[in-house]
Amino acid sequence: MLSATHLACSRGERLLFKDLSLSLAAGGWLQVSGTNGSGKTTLLRTLVGISAPDHGEVCWGGVPITECSDEFKRALLYLGHQAAVKDELTPLENLTLGNELDGLPLAEADALSALQRLGLHGRGKLPTRWLSAGQKRRVLLARLLVRPALLWVLDEPFAALDTNAVALVSELIAAHLAGGGLAVLTSHQPVALAGGAEVVL
Amino acid sequence: MSALWNAARRDLLLAARRRSEVVTALFFFVVVVTLFPLGIGPEPELLRRIAPGVLWVAALLATLLGLPRLFAADHADGTLEQMLLSPQSFVLLVAGKIAAHWLLCGLPLVLLAPLLGLQFNLDAGTLQVLVIALLIGTPVLSLIGAVGAALTLGVRGGGALLALLVLPLFIPTLVFGAGAVEAHAAGLGAGPQLSILGALLVITVFFAPWAATVALRIALE
Repeated sequence: MLSATHLACSRGERLLFKDLSLSLAAGGWLQVSGTNGSGKTTLLRTLVGISAPDHGEVCWGGVPITECSDEFKRALLYLGHQAAVKDELTPLENLTLGNELDGLPLAEADALSALQRLGLHGRGKLPTRWLSAGQKRRVLLARLLVRPALLWVLDEPFAALDTNAVALVSELIAAHLAGGGLAVLTSHQPVALAGGAEVVL
Repeated sequence: MSALWNAARRDLLLAARRRSEVVTALFFFVVVVTLFPLGIGPEPELLRRIAPGVLWVAALLATLLGLPRLFAADHADGTLEQMLLSPQSFVLLVAGKIAAHWLLCGLPLVLLAPLLGLQFNLDAGTLQVLVIALLIGTPVLSLIGAVGAALTLGVRGGGALLALLVLPLFIPTLVFGAGAVEAHAAGLGAGPQLSILGALLVITVFFAPWAATVALRIALE
């Protein structure tokens, strides 16, 4: 489904990686690992189409993502480094408005149950400003439950999470893969998921 | 079109949670406009002559105040990336943000202007032309400003650069906006100037959101 051929990316003058090829079929997942600054985030941003590669191309279902961008964007959920969570809004509003930006209406009950699943029971209507860093990450990760997507691209999904939450997110990813989804993620900790490929930068 | 509405509504909700930013720009407008009658003294004839220029320059500067924040917060917390990757049209989402900026920073100025115009001894007819000119002209300011804000996104000291970039581009709007009011006051009729303002609005509505989108894509890369 997702494939990349002969990718090369650089930041300024520095070449981060070159001649990188990968492919991922339905139900497969890929861990991108490497030291700090080795270009993990750049690779993810290239795979989702935010940055253009210097060389090579990324394909979705065999078609370059620049040509099937609407279809690709509908199938994609990218959770980046930054939380994309607004302090001024409540977690509930963050989820609802996040989905609305993607053109998908979200019922309040669904949003609240997603937050509850992520351990934010009773905090749905508090200002997000009052939550801890880990809780804010949980608000972001609740999008995994409310935004249907075939391909998950997750940059450091386990950062700032406690062990329970790490287990929960691993479970969510496993369920997503079992349902025929795809996942690409970066992580500095071992990921408790079966199978999967690894790209080391 | 729902993309435009969703993005605008989101920004309006965010602004409602941090009202101080909106109110600051509005008070800036009121204070700057009020300083002139206080500084010049009770000379009705002179005040009436400078009124259009003063009100327009103040509106221009007040619009500029909110511009650096137009995309900065969404850029910093990754929301812009989410918008770029959204299945909805990025141009419409950006247009929605610009519309919200006008509703928050432009429309209040239009509504306050007649009240402030009274300080300058403007009669009812002239005030009416002033409001119409501002109503057509302030969206142009928001639209042009958005392109500048997108171009200077992520640049250190971007605020000053933004002013340098955008203020010269505001000149046609200023000339024809203030010109409309002056022409009416001189008994010539404001039709031609208002038509030109309308033309400027049409051109910027078509091109500014698109240009801002291109600049944002580059800033995000």
